[in-house]
Amino acid sequence: MEIEIDGKMAQVPDGSTIMDAAQQVGAYIPHFCYHKKLSIAANCRMCLVQVEKAPKPLPACATPATNGMRVFTHSELAVKAQQGVMEFLLINHPLDCPICDQGGECQLQDLAVGYGNSASRFQEDKRVVFHKDVGPLISMQEMARCIHCTRCVRFGQEIAGVMELGMANRNMHAEIMTFVGRSIDSELSGNMIDLCPVGALTSKPFRYAARSWELGRRKSISPHDSIGANLTVQVKNGVVLRVLPRENEEVNECWISDKERFSYEALNSPARLTRPMVRVDGTLREVDWNSALDYVAHALKDIVATHGGESFAALSSPQATLEELYLLQKLTRGLGSGNVDFRPRRRDFSNDGQLGGIPWLGLRFSEIKDLDAALVVGSFLRKDHPLFAQRLRQLAKNWGQVSMLSVGGDDPLIDLHAQVTVSPADLPLALARVVKAAAQFQGETIPAGLDSVEADATSQAIARSLLERNKRAIFLGNAAEQSPQAAQLHALALELARLTGATCGFIGEAANSVGGHVAKALPTALNADEMFAQPRKAYILLGVEPELDCYNPQQAVAALKEAALVVMLTPFNDGAAREYADVLLPTTPFTETSGTFVNAEGRVQSFNGVVRPLGDARPGWKVLRVLGNLLALPGFDYDSSEQVRAEIVPAGEGFVGGLSNDLERGAWLLADAGEGLQRVTDVPIYFSDPLARRAPALQKTRDAVAPTARMNADTLAAIGVTDGVPVRVRQGTGEAVLTARFDETVPARCVRVAAGHPSTAALGAMFGAINVERA
Amino acid sequence: MLTSESLKRIDREIAKYPAEQKQSAVMAALAIAQEEQGWLSSAAIEFVAGYLGMAPIAAYEVASFYNMYDLKPVGKYKVSVCTNLPCMLTGGVDAGEYLKTKLGIGYNETTPDGLITLKEGECMGACGDAPVMIVNNRRMCSWMNPEQIDKLLAELK
Ligand code: SF4
Ligand code: FES
Ligand code: FES
Repeated sequence: MEIEIDGKMAQVPDGSTIMDAAQQVGAYIPHFCYHKKLSIAANCRMCLVQVEKAPKPLPACATPATNGMRVFTHSELAVKAQQGVMEFLLINHPLDCPICDQGGECQLQDLAVGYGNSASRFQEDKRVVFHKDVGPLISMQEMARCIHCTRCVRFGQEIAGVMELGMANRNMHAEIMTFVGRSIDSELSGNMIDLCPVGALTSKPFRYAARSWELGRRKSISPHDSIGANLTVQVKNGVVLRVLPRENEEVNECWISDKERFSYEALNSPARLTRPMVRVDGTLREVDWNSALDYVAHALKDIVATHGGESFAALSSPQATLEELYLLQKLTRGLGSGNVDFRPRRRDFSNDGQLGGIPWLGLRFSEIKDLDAALVVGSFLRKDHPLFAQRLRQLAKNWGQVSMLSVGGDDPLIDLHAQVTVSPADLPLALARVVKAAAQFQGETIPAGLDSVEADATSQAIARSLLERNKRAIFLGNAAEQSPQAAQLHALALELARLTGATCGFIGEAANSVGGHVAKALPTALNADEMFAQPRKAYILLGVEPELDCYNPQQAVAALKEAALVVMLTPFNDGAAREYADVLLPTTPFTETSGTFVNAEGRVQSFNGVVRPLGDARPGWKVLRVLGNLLALPGFDYDSSEQVRAEIVPAGEGFVGGLSNDLERGAWLLADAGEGLQRVTDVPIYFSDPLARRAPALQKTRDAVAPTARMNADTLAAIGVTDGVPVRVRQGTGEAVLTARFDETVPARCVRVAAGHPSTAALGAMFGAINVERA
Repeated sequence: MLTSESLKRIDREIAKYPAEQKQSAVMAALAIAQEEQGWLSSAAIEFVAGYLGMAPIAAYEVASFYNMYDLKPVGKYKVSVCTNLPCMLTGGVDAGEYLKTKLGIGYNETTPDGLITLKEGECMGACGDAPVMIVNNRRMCSWMNPEQIDKLLAELK
């Protein structure tokens, strides 16, 4: 189809609008309500253009292009119409740009300069719109500025999957608000701030911190989940003041989650560790770097000399950079130890020797939209991976069938084809049912060990959707990886993939869940669980907070308390570390170091520091390099993180090689569904990593309420308590007193207790038996 | 929240639309809830929203858009006077003023005995019969000159 815009010809596919065509030829049409990722509302009328033979100006965003159409975006008629609209838009606008946080980055301000009058003809009183309190993240303090474009409303409906804002009332009384003043709780809510073309929705934590033109804009990569969202980090006077999404259609599109947007507050937290500390006579004292590193090197050498290399273990967070992970394993192996790992939340490592390659997503993020069917196994999807969930949400909205097998009945806000919620111990069985159904449909012999498994109707529906459709994928979520039956789940998923022709992959727990494999930060001796189950003499912990980040915090902390030496490379000086650490070395968070994350699809994304390290903090890779030198280990002469990276991934490589989810010898043996009450553990979104935990605004959200003991009605009755009653929760040697909560989505004979929070840090394993009684 | 009688009526409305478009019944459902309870409390709106599988704010948008829905309690009789332009030109505003003095209340107020609430209405599609008013969203009253109004009030008392 051919259409002419301001004399330029554009070829556009059927179904395009004038706006699409104009963007193609680079003709700018002013607009407010139009947004390429949202449905067309056509309510601001700013985009009026002249179309040949049309009696009146037409809205470009909503008018379909037709063959041979001739459009004038800047003709006298068009401009007059646009100016008229602008005059109407400004009638009730307070024109308070000098005190508006949006000033300098406001679409209305920009367009008013282009299309507005210098004086207003409107002499009457302007309307007043009351401010609203919708929680700690979004400020709705000046709602008189709203121009009712409804972008925020449509974002909730279409992208976040939950309509929290709406436009109440009518005509000049219309107002954007939440239902009876409730808070906005979506984990994607911050994007509404970006979308709002005026200063009605602004960032509460950033409010009045700076003017947009004072801010330096630096590129970065999100250190949180496995998506690897591209970020623009905004900086003033060496301090990070705001984080915004940097558009990358293949990764995060134009969105980021609230965790990515607001975690930056932790970077400037008073809890930052700015000087090395060494425990002297029982108390941690500040020392200089030389003394600290000397101390560590000597102590390590001594321990290794007396007890052997295997008496030392190193554990990293999966959010460390590729370079840090690589140097940590190099250092560990240099000391003669094979005890290195980066998967603190794992329990089942029995597939480690069987992997056909580096486990990954199984496809690229950009391929998700082309899937016809998807099955997610073991995931608190929305909170674990907000942007991944968003992609599946769009898929389900279009034509894809999305199904879930999960251990928590949280609403993923996805229009699901089928959903099964089971006790964590039954997750392999639930997957086996789908495998069996698929085998039956395909007329294949029933895989060994599944003879007695019954494929119920839901399992059949899931199997059928994976079989009948063209492109399909199976995704294993965090809970599937953390399960003590992770190896079985992996093997079963592969079998299902084989039977159905779907791809099989891991969504990945954190920013470098793939990167850790690439960096070979994997054990050749004790893994992340064994290194605490069989206590070592000395530990190095990199960016990990064992009491909150480990599969079994009780076991980890006990081992650390007994160890002769615990060295922590961490940006923070608060928390339980003060009890067991002997040395705290201040390392930098992602904004103060260069490094690389490899996301779930294997994409290599390097970044530079955006501000100088705070105080005496140093990038982790530098600290590990110097430590390597002090220990006289070979191969620790690096001048830059790029040099380190060059040893791991070839320069200029966009994606890492060697990705595969195959198993050389996968096996499953369906176990009994555990005795007694089973613990269901989620890692709530704002407890999931050290940065989010220390971001004050995020900690005030509904997602950050302290953990409770959630049970269904039968379980509550069996224990003899009701909603709101305190209960004593016990695992192993630890216990916690929590409030019992009624939650009908918790599977039978299960208690849901979140991890990642100090109040549950005394408890044991994330999976398995848990004891609950009236407190 | 609602009686089974009301729910049955709502179900009948829902049945008029395809199953995945239940929310099309929102206007009818809100009207039924209001008829039963006299007005639409937040709880009632949320209940209707939940019943139709929609966000509470989406139902609230509808409830707050149309002024036949009452988001605050009203008297036994709600008298809405049309003051839109055509009626305004033909005595609508005067009819309203007459009612105000007769009842001793303003718009959006209720007589102390809880009997009558006075509201401004929007065009009722009967501009030729101006001044017009409607009682309890159902009973249209046309050509409401002062005598007619007195008659109406006497009847309501
Ligand atoms: S608050 Fe902002 S985004 Fe929402 S309708 Fe108003 S102007 Fe548009
Ligand atoms: S951008 Fe076209 S009407 Fe708003
Ligand atoms: S304006 Fe009053 S009925 Fe139409």
